[in-house]
Amino acid sequence: MSSAADTSKNYLNHEKGLWSWLTTVDHKRIGIMYMITVLLFFAIGGAFAMLIRLELFAPGGTFEAQVYNQFMTFHGAIMVFMVIIPGIPAFLGNFVLPLHLGAKDVAFPKVNLMSWYCLIVGAIISFISLFYHGADTGWTFYTPYSIQTDNGTILLVLGAFVMGFSSILTGVNFVATTHRLRCKGMGFFQMPLFVWGLYSTAILQVIATPVLGITLLLLAAEKIMGIGFFDPKLGGDPVLFQHFFWFYSHPAVYIMILPAMGIISELITAFSRKVIFGYKAIAFSSVGIAAVSFFVWGHHMFVSGQSELAGVIFSFLTMLVGVPTAIKTFNWVATMYKGSIQFQSPMLYALGFLFLFTIGGVTGIMLATMAMDVHFHDTYFVVAHFHYVMVGGTLMAIMGGIYYWFPKMFGKMYSELGAQLSFVLIFVGFNVTFFPQFILGAKGMPRRYHDYPEAFSFLNSVSSIGSWTIGLGFIVALIVIIHGLLKGAKAPDNPWGAKTLEWQTTSPPPHENFYTDPVVTGGPYEYR
Amino acid sequence: MSTANVDRSGGGHAHHFESAEHEFDTSKFGTWLFLCTEVLMFGGLFVAYFIFSNLFPETFLEGSKYLDWKFGAVNTAVLLFSSFTMVLAIYYAQQNNNKKCANMLMITFVCGLIFMVIKYMEYTHKIEMGLLPGDMFAFQGAESSNLGLYFSVYYMMTGLHGSHVIVGMGLILWCWFRARKNEFNSGYFTPVECVGLFWHLVDLIWIYLFPLLYLID
Repeated sequence: MSSAADTSKNYLNHEKGLWSWLTTVDHKRIGIMYMITVLLFFAIGGAFAMLIRLELFAPGGTFEAQVYNQFMTFHGAIMVFMVIIPGIPAFLGNFVLPLHLGAKDVAFPKVNLMSWYCLIVGAIISFISLFYHGADTGWTFYTPYSIQTDNGTILLVLGAFVMGFSSILTGVNFVATTHRLRCKGMGFFQMPLFVWGLYSTAILQVIATPVLGITLLLLAAEKIMGIGFFDPKLGGDPVLFQHFFWFYSHPAVYIMILPAMGIISELITAFSRKVIFGYKAIAFSSVGIAAVSFFVWGHHMFVSGQSELAGVIFSFLTMLVGVPTAIKTFNWVATMYKGSIQFQSPMLYALGFLFLFTIGGVTGIMLATMAMDVHFHDTYFVVAHFHYVMVGGTLMAIMGGIYYWFPKMFGKMYSELGAQLSFVLIFVGFNVTFFPQFILGAKGMPRRYHDYPEAFSFLNSVSSIGSWTIGLGFIVALIVIIHGLLKGAKAPDNPWGAKTLEWQTTSPPPHENFYTDPVVTGGPYEYR
Repeated sequence: MSTANVDRSGGGHAHHFESAEHEFDTSKFGTWLFLCTEVLMFGGLFVAYFIFSNLFPETFLEGSKYLDWKFGAVNTAVLLFSSFTMVLAIYYAQQNNNKKCANMLMITFVCGLIFMVIKYMEYTHKIEMGLLPGDMFAFQGAESSNLGLYFSVYYMMTGLHGSHVIVGMGLILWCWFRARKNEFNSGYFTPVECVGLFWHLVDLIWIYLFPLLYLID
């Protein structure tokens, strides 16, 4: 931190004009571009969610069934492919990874920019499908329905295919960066745990995403040429699609959650002022989750007619994921034990994560139990479960991460009170929305229907009211961010007193991240 | 990944690397990672091939009889030769001989072109006969009821491979332009090396496709 250098120059004012942003190869700027796009897509996906809950507020209904199916499909596809998957690696990871490693940039800066354009092009293709009767298959594109339905689906499928390249390129970039660009003195076990999370995620992106690519390509070919891979008439098999799809999409669940766990590790240690408990256990459990994740896809298919033996094996392997996950959770709790905990907004989100993710994780074990899954399959219980993991887990971590790194990104502070208010609204609203869905599912309400019998109406109304509370919470969060950008007080270099490398440079960092090449002599969390 | 604003003649390198060698190693590592993704992408098709050929061995046996192994064999030889010239291109780049490097790249490119022309002849012949994928299958006189499925596998696998050949040819042409401008030297030949790796993978995949599709009998 040599203040002798010109600190008025930073990456934000290094170059000027829109064109300099659109052609930038600076990882920090690309991270900010991802931030803007992801937040935009999040607003669109969130709007679809609000429409879904509006339809389900009372039996009877406001929209036609077909229109509802499109809401549901676009909500799922946007949130998965355009928000949660790029949300942490490509947005926060892009900004933070090289800073955490003490590097000047990611390994392949131009490829990094290309990945952003892949996301944009894929998203545009997906949205064009809205003008061709949209898509109504749900985000999973299950055959045979996806083959028979309207051709707008092809565009959504191809859009997801192109966005897959964005994910692959980010993955390749991050693996290479982690291996080759660590600063002097930083071995693998001196890396911050967020890097371990990103690294495991990147490996999943490299290995799993191409399989999604070929699956979606085959589905498009099936619709265009009728190649028959998934069509029993020609000897094909619709269930083969499910195997292909979940071989990617189950690891994709961990693409969503592993980097979130990385953020939580950072937040909990920073706001407990205490060295993380069980560093290696947390680091290896990330890799462990990534490894096991490739052998659990069959738990999506317990009722698809796969053999009972396969079901038992998949069930067992799925429960195995609970082990490294629990290791992490216990280590986080142990880190807080006797720490000097400060309840600032990023920490609140981290605690929210612990609470919600635990519910999501434990209900996941319930669903992994075959006998129970037969009952819960395709009910709102499943919907509630994965929202507790994806929203309660990943989204909480994204929000915590945004508030944690906001001062570093923009050199401004935000209103702490506003941030805490948004947390309370989102946290309470989330539970009001999704907890009733566990009960609805257990009572047998199937997912993906636009209507339901009178008996389910009370809990559904509660759920819809909760969804408005979440919506309000995110609007407050957005106001806090915009207010911070425009009117925020100047942020110090290290507002949280955290120990990782990014806090040792200025806020915002200079174009090349550090004024002098950092040298690491100890671990990442030397609090006490 | 090269940057036009970096001077490579005196061992220059992009700003975030320590040395030209560091950059070369990293680029090669990244290329290998990318090749992993390619293997997995084709892997999906290979899995489908093995599932269907196990379920319908007669269909696959009959289908392979409509492919002419001579065309396939010539294409295999052409691609193997092109891999050899690709290696030579890298060798000449390391020897600071941009002229010979460019020549070798051009031969490799032409080999890719020959491969695609032969592929085009095969495709048109089959399309005229009505040997089309899946629902579009129009050939009269097939013994198996689902011969279209075999041709779906055939077109998907060779089609995806063919698109990779075209991309590879584009990359080789790009290297050729750069070699013509004398941009490579013993300290900097990363693009040729990485494109070479990609080209070898494309070649390797064909070596698997040829027996699997043409030589079932």
